[in-house]
Amino acid sequence: MERKRVKEVEEVVVVVMGRGGEEEWAGPGPGRGVWLGINQGTPSVLGSLLSSSSLSLSSLSLYLHIWDSSSTGSCHICTGTSFSPGAPWTPETMLTVLALASVVLLGIVPEQSQAIVIYTGWERHALLGSDIRLSCSFFSWRWTSEDVTFSWTYRPDGSRDSISIFHYTGGAAYVDNKGPFRDRLEFVGNPGRRDGSILLKNLDYADNGTFTCDAKNPPDIVGRPSNVRLLVFEKVPIQAGVITGAIIGSVLGLLVLIVVIYYLMRFLVARRVFSLSVSKHGKKKKEGSQQRQLWTPPPLTCYPLP
Amino acid sequence: MLLILLGVLVMHLIILVLLIVSTAASAWSVGGDTTSDLWSSCVSNNKGYHCNSASNEDWIQAVQALMILSLLFCFFSLIAFVFQLFKLVKGGRFFFTAVFQILASLFVMCAAIIYTVMRPEDNRQFGYAYVLAWVAFPLSLISGLIYIVLRKKE
Repeated sequence: MERKRVKEVEEVVVVVMGRGGEEEWAGPGPGRGVWLGINQGTPSVLGSLLSSSSLSLSSLSLYLHIWDSSSTGSCHICTGTSFSPGAPWTPETMLTVLALASVVLLGIVPEQSQAIVIYTGWERHALLGSDIRLSCSFFSWRWTSEDVTFSWTYRPDGSRDSISIFHYTGGAAYVDNKGPFRDRLEFVGNPGRRDGSILLKNLDYADNGTFTCDAKNPPDIVGRPSNVRLLVFEKVPIQAGVITGAIIGSVLGLLVLIVVIYYLMRFLVARRVFSLSVSKHGKKKKEGSQQRQLWTPPPLTCYPLP
Repeated sequence: MLLILLGVLVMHLIILVLLIVSTAASAWSVGGDTTSDLWSSCVSNNKGYHCNSASNEDWIQAVQALMILSLLFCFFSLIAFVFQLFKLVKGGRFFFTAVFQILASLFVMCAAIIYTVMRPEDNRQFGYAYVLAWVAFPLSLISGLIYIVLRKKE
């Protein structure tokens, strides 16, 4: 335990880290506080502690702690920066506080939903007899371990049972050699890059169905498998909404083009008229003065009528 | 004069409402327990209410696009009407309003014709949304012609 005196504020901060990433904060001192930390993964992780002795902003203190998860179960003293109430709130300090707070808040969200997230497509369309690559990748807060596993299961359309067709574990890929995809399945993924994609060859109508990819990245194993639906067509149809969007977009684009051209023409014509009128006005003035010198009316003699 | 303007505005709003209902309601074709519209076809039987999204064929996407375009143009014409009401010189015509309204009526006509011709022969009857589309077409045409004739007075 260490007493730190920073500027004019005295705070005592003790952080005890347990296994499994749960921290307790005990902070005797002039105020209670709220632990907003995240603690997982290497390299170092940013956490922060927000403490205030009252609900007013005048006594706000912000601490930045950086540590790594390799040291569990030990007592840590954390140093940080503190903004004492006595110090003036310059714009720089405000900006730093805001930046730290936003980083912290961004870090909080995945902390509470720490799970592995698996991404496959939603639906895949393929032609009869062609090959298709079903992609599967995952996102995990941990580094990719050596024991990462991928497994694919297949459930035909209209059936309720699913059978397992692919499994990757311990660095080796095991493909289906008895089921509907024997000799037609190939592993084309890269587990080191979190890619567990498979390649299906020579598709048939009987391959219509739902494929489920499940990936595990120990110790991050909690996650929901993701499904991708395969549809085999004789002729790949147009996706819903493509023609609709194309028609609407082209008509609106034409409308915008016509309006722009109209206003452009008006602007150009107005400018031309303006320049013409200016030049004409200048010319008229010059010609008028010249003509007065050249032309004088002839003298008139009048005779009375008989 | 104010009465005429009010009447024209009310008619425009009615047309807009008709177009919205026709585009969104699920009743272009009805038959037995199935209702289908531009976006989905729903079956309600003893198993419950079950909806499929509409087929991906070209013609239904064209009908969708044309109905949405007609709705958009009717809305633009309403905005142009309000705008020109305050900005037009005395004696001017509501040109933009009329053009947009007539285009909207054209699009509704095209949409209704395409739907009539390309509908699958299922012995199903036409629903009220289809009828509303056909009603909206002459109304919007008449409204557009009125805007051509209308002149802004004092």
